[in-house]
Amino acid sequence: MLDEPRNTQEQIYDSGIAKGAERLTPEKIQRVIQEMLAGEAGARLKTYVETCVHCGLCSEACHFYLSNDKDPRFSPAGKVKQTIAEMVRRKGVVSVDFMKKASEIASTECNLCKRCAMYCPFGIDVAFLMLFVRRICHKLGITPQYIQDTAHSHSATYNQMWVKDDEWIDSLQWQEDEAREEMPNLRIPLEKEGADFMYSVIGPEPKFRAQLIYQAAVIFNTAGLNWTMPATPGWDNSDMCMYTGDNDMMARIKKAHFETAMRLRVKKIVMGECGHAFRSIYDMGNRALGWRMPPVPTVHAIEFFYELLSTGKITVLRKYDKPVTIHDPCNVIRGRGLHEMLRYVAHAICEEVIEMHPNREHNFCCSAGGGVINCGPPWKMKRVNGNKVKAQQLFEAKSKGAVTCIAPCHNCHGGLEDIIHVNEIGMDLKFLGDIIYQVMEKPEQA
Amino acid sequence: MHAVYSFLTGPLAWVAFGIFFGGIAYRLVSRALLARKRDTAVFEYWSFYHALRSILHWICPFASVNSRRRPVLSVVTFVFHVALLAAPLFLFAHITLINEAFGVHWWFMPDGLADVLTLAVLGACIFFFVRRKVRPEVAYLTTAGDYAILALVAAPFLSGFWAYHQLPGHAAATLLHIFSGEVLLVIIPFTKLSHMFFFPFTRGYMGSEFGAVRFARDW
Repeated sequence: MLDEPRNTQEQIYDSGIAKGAERLTPEKIQRVIQEMLAGEAGARLKTYVETCVHCGLCSEACHFYLSNDKDPRFSPAGKVKQTIAEMVRRKGVVSVDFMKKASEIASTECNLCKRCAMYCPFGIDVAFLMLFVRRICHKLGITPQYIQDTAHSHSATYNQMWVKDDEWIDSLQWQEDEAREEMPNLRIPLEKEGADFMYSVIGPEPKFRAQLIYQAAVIFNTAGLNWTMPATPGWDNSDMCMYTGDNDMMARIKKAHFETAMRLRVKKIVMGECGHAFRSIYDMGNRALGWRMPPVPTVHAIEFFYELLSTGKITVLRKYDKPVTIHDPCNVIRGRGLHEMLRYVAHAICEEVIEMHPNREHNFCCSAGGGVINCGPPWKMKRVNGNKVKAQQLFEAKSKGAVTCIAPCHNCHGGLEDIIHVNEIGMDLKFLGDIIYQVMEKPEQA
Repeated sequence: MHAVYSFLTGPLAWVAFGIFFGGIAYRLVSRALLARKRDTAVFEYWSFYHALRSILHWICPFASVNSRRRPVLSVVTFVFHVALLAAPLFLFAHITLINEAFGVHWWFMPDGLADVLTLAVLGACIFFFVRRKVRPEVAYLTTAGDYAILALVAAPFLSGFWAYHQLPGHAAATLLHIFSGEVLLVIIPFTKLSHMFFFPFTRGYMGSEFGAVRFARDW
């Protein structure tokens, strides 16, 4: 079995990896790995690699393993064995082909969802190890092309989608105009110093999902909140450099974001429904800048909607009448424990909530996060087929009556959309904001 | 024979225990210093309450989701580790030797119980061996070193059982017992067996991150 190709997508061509590898020599690989092991690898990396007793108990935590017929090469420890453990063991003396494979494994076969840390008796953080592999790949210039392009966009524009400064402002004003049809006094306040909070979104919102900004504006205006959005770079909270191992850029992006909030003298940052951006602000980007916790208090949309609903700032006119199920995104559930607030919100706005199993911290990943969906079209089918277990989970929820799936995270949304489509599951996908906008009591209705 | 015995229980025992304790101390201190330099997060986010909470969930059988998913392995692993530590520490013969040498002694278990624990350790070693052979996800990860460690763990228990029950060749078995026990002590700090003292830190750190920063369970 192990001599067979890993799957039918074995020979996927990614120009970022392929062209980058053409410039590599075994000497350069050895030098970079040795520099990384001597310079950046710390106690955690060494202890994780040395402590793993090869028990295999992490395997069933991983959707890639479960979905690829339990091929052991897709187990978390199996991925470590094929990448960083081997680099450590051979002190960096590995071939160019080995590194191409390592880049593929770390960037397209692990969503960094940390579910395996909850299944490993030692709590070994395989996501941390895969990020280290990605960082080595970044230094060697063999990051998958699409996500590297996104990282370039961050470097050049401080946003993920090459959105130009004026386009950003135009998009907000366009959404403000649109929303005024519905709510004549609506504002999307730009650059309002001293507002209660700065609303921050990810690059794809102005680019592809502008209606989400519209909806957020309606919700905030209805609740009568004192808010603002920045008119300068720093508005985008997303961070793909965090996932390519470009730690310097990760820190610069987050610095721009925090400084924008500080310049506007807001009390806090409220984020849209995005998971990885929350990880960047709350977990990795802040740490890269030396902040134990974010320097500006940051609240994810789930928590913010929970506040608005539980304090009665927004009220529900008529609950969403289709049965819903909940997908728990890793970065805000395992990453911030918002699962009970998410359920509070779902129950407050929907007639019927049908739980998926497993759920909460134990939910299966969407297979899109951790930058995997950002590796683009070449890897799409590998990603979707690498999560049959999610399709099964969705089917089960559907068989219990769920018609709509709530996924309060952009990456989860993208991943689940593909899974639902390819497997013909026939389920609607919604953000919390979609439903709240639809069911809440709006001024003219009051 | 006596000369070999004296050497094994004299100078070599000192060396073995010296390397065992010194090795563990060196590994822990050097790792902590490295963490101080490169992984400040470990100190920054460490929370004793959440670390302990996580450790307890992972040393008690059936207290974690994964443990409940694998009841047989959970029981075998738990019994194995308890027996592995308890049998040598509370064995009448060991305590007698220590008492003769240093004049200190503590509670010992009946020899019958020690026999049961010894057989439990050996049975678990066979279980782990078979598991490494038959389960594809474990076989894929397994190296020659993993089998060697399993054999080195089993050796002092097998030879000890052999010697105690005066089976043929028990004199040689006694020497082998002492020697293999010393080998085991020496390799603990420098092999995968280091999980013995790294476990509280890896699990504790993940428990701290999950409990104090992520507000989520990690079991």
